[in-house]
Amino acid sequence: MKKIVALVLAALMLTVMFAGCGDNTNTDDTNTDEKVITIGIYEPASGSNGAGGKQETLGIKYAHSVCPTVEIGGETYTVKLEAADNQSSNDKAPTAAAELISKGAKVVLGSYGSGVSIAASDTFKNAGVPVIGVTCTNPQVTEGNDHYFRICFLDPFQGTVLANYAYELGYRTAYTLAENGNDYDEGLAYYFTQAFTALGGTVENANFPENTSDFNSYITNAETAGADVIFAPTSINYAQLIVEQAAAKGADIALMASDTWDSNQVLAAAAGKDIDIQVTTFYQEGGNAEFDEGFKAWLNSDAQNITDNGGNDMIAAVSAMGYDAYFVALEAIKAAGSTDSAAIMEAIWDVNYTGVTGPITFEGDVNGDAVRTTAYIKKANTETVAWDFVKEQGVN
Amino acid sequence: MNLTIDHILAGISAGGQYALIAIGYTMVYGILRLINFAHGDVFMASGLIIVYLTTAMPLQYAIPVVVIATVLLGFLIERAAYKPLRQAPRMSVMISAIGVSYLIQNLALYITGGLPQTYPSIPWVSDSVEIFGAITKRVTVITPILTLILVVLLVVLIRYTKIGMAMRAVSKDFETSQLMGIKINKVISTTFIIGSFLACIGSLLYFTSYQSVTPTSGAMPGLKAFVAAVFGGIGSIPGAVVGAFVIGICENIIKSSTDFSIFSDAFTFALLIIVLCVKPTGLFGEKTTDKV
Repeated sequence: MKKIVALVLAALMLTVMFAGCGDNTNTDDTNTDEKVITIGIYEPASGSNGAGGKQETLGIKYAHSVCPTVEIGGETYTVKLEAADNQSSNDKAPTAAAELISKGAKVVLGSYGSGVSIAASDTFKNAGVPVIGVTCTNPQVTEGNDHYFRICFLDPFQGTVLANYAYELGYRTAYTLAENGNDYDEGLAYYFTQAFTALGGTVENANFPENTSDFNSYITNAETAGADVIFAPTSINYAQLIVEQAAAKGADIALMASDTWDSNQVLAAAAGKDIDIQVTTFYQEGGNAEFDEGFKAWLNSDAQNITDNGGNDMIAAVSAMGYDAYFVALEAIKAAGSTDSAAIMEAIWDVNYTGVTGPITFEGDVNGDAVRTTAYIKKANTETVAWDFVKEQGVN
Repeated sequence: MNLTIDHILAGISAGGQYALIAIGYTMVYGILRLINFAHGDVFMASGLIIVYLTTAMPLQYAIPVVVIATVLLGFLIERAAYKPLRQAPRMSVMISAIGVSYLIQNLALYITGGLPQTYPSIPWVSDSVEIFGAITKRVTVITPILTLILVVLLVVLIRYTKIGMAMRAVSKDFETSQLMGIKINKVISTTFIIGSFLACIGSLLYFTSYQSVTPTSGAMPGLKAFVAAVFGGIGSIPGAVVGAFVIGICENIIKSSTDFSIFSDAFTFALLIIVLCVKPTGLFGEKTTDKV
């Protein structure tokens, strides 16, 4: 009996493997009348990063609605978007990546969340498909890869910016709160700690297990440690809970966080409460009036867009980044003059594009990271329920 | 270790929430010998229902409606997924329960679109108060008190009413009680109704403390409540309540130490393994007598 089960399982696995191969070779756009090039959207639409992933996808979709075609070698190609949900889960990431490849994606955008980007990197690499990371800030995403690019700043930069800023505000003791096993959270907490202790501050680090909803004890621990600030580079799900519980406890501690917290969902949780939240981010609403206006009009044109954006038409920085990522991909396709993934991969290195979030060029030596030297710092205004722009900050 | 009154309060409150869910597990097990895996998801569904109800009606109407809706959901799950399998081996019912659990989770994923939903704040209950110098929400204090009141009521119901007597009879011997004229389906439905009602109250208290509902928010509390039920001796209501408070408090004591806080969940499940190895019947569990 056991033998039979084992045989059946083995046979199933083999079938799945071959099914994957078959899909790869069969997709070819050239045999249809209309010229089409497929761009993959590799973003979470569910799980702990679902909210952010959806906002990023909205930016990409808006960019597509603005510019749905691309000139390749004198011919007009229609751009087709294909999305796959990586469910914010490192286990599901390779499957979602394989799905995009089998749908014929020539270049892929994403993901929100570094963990899933790292997890799927090899799948894209083996298929020879270039990926442009939109807001995955962990250095490991692009490290040693020539197929993974990114248009945002990196965590060593972001962590240092936040540490400098926290020190500037007069905070001397910090408490970091990161989800255990989450590359993004732990990476940022590490870089923040490095920079903050180098400045002369003290830091206490804490990790919480996945699916935690009770942060009371952590906030109490921060208080007893005498922390001035809790640095919590977590996903939005946890952010809502942390903000809520810190406010309910009346904790006299400021909250600081990274780009993930730049979300209207976090603002909604903080609305009307006595709490100090500051975040670093990629884009400040009002940075490009034309984009802001167009994007809001597009969001309001469809009720589903508003739902995906978290219930209102506030512009998330990740949407602006998604918008830019799409145009970077188009620039690369144009420069490559071909629908071939390998040619596009070569072309991305030399892209020089000025987007709504600022100029984007790639370092071009080892890793495909964009050159970014400033981050925007925002503060939550709990009365108007909006982000107030504080300043632009670099690493000096 | 920086143990403060905050940690103990948080622990008691968590214990109360686990207790209300654990009772649902333990009662169903006592009567059907079934581990109802869908129970944690009924708890989550109850949270989601109120999120959507409050967009349509004021909170004072939404709360009674959500209680009725959750009870109905529990009742329907039993009728649709467990009753047809009454004569089937116990394993089939258990697999059916796992199926229902995934069905509810994925339905919730479909409806919410994977976005966390913000739970409405209930006035007065979610206000902050100061207790022994620790500031917390009023719900933290209400939870253990309400839990104990409900448990006492439930014990009275089981000891002194006709339906309670029928429930005890069914849990002793399924077939014989049927022969004695007990309407078995009515008893089982009542069990599910009580279980779902308590899960709904638990969900009101839990999500008032942690105001975010996702399709998987039922999984962790459900699992911990299950461990609490096993720890106290599955089938025993006082056992489930004691187990839940022990787990809730221990967890928060562990969380008070920065070095060990990461092991708070691991502790719960290590406890499950130890109990199953050392005392499989739990603290208050009935002794199993092998009949020849």
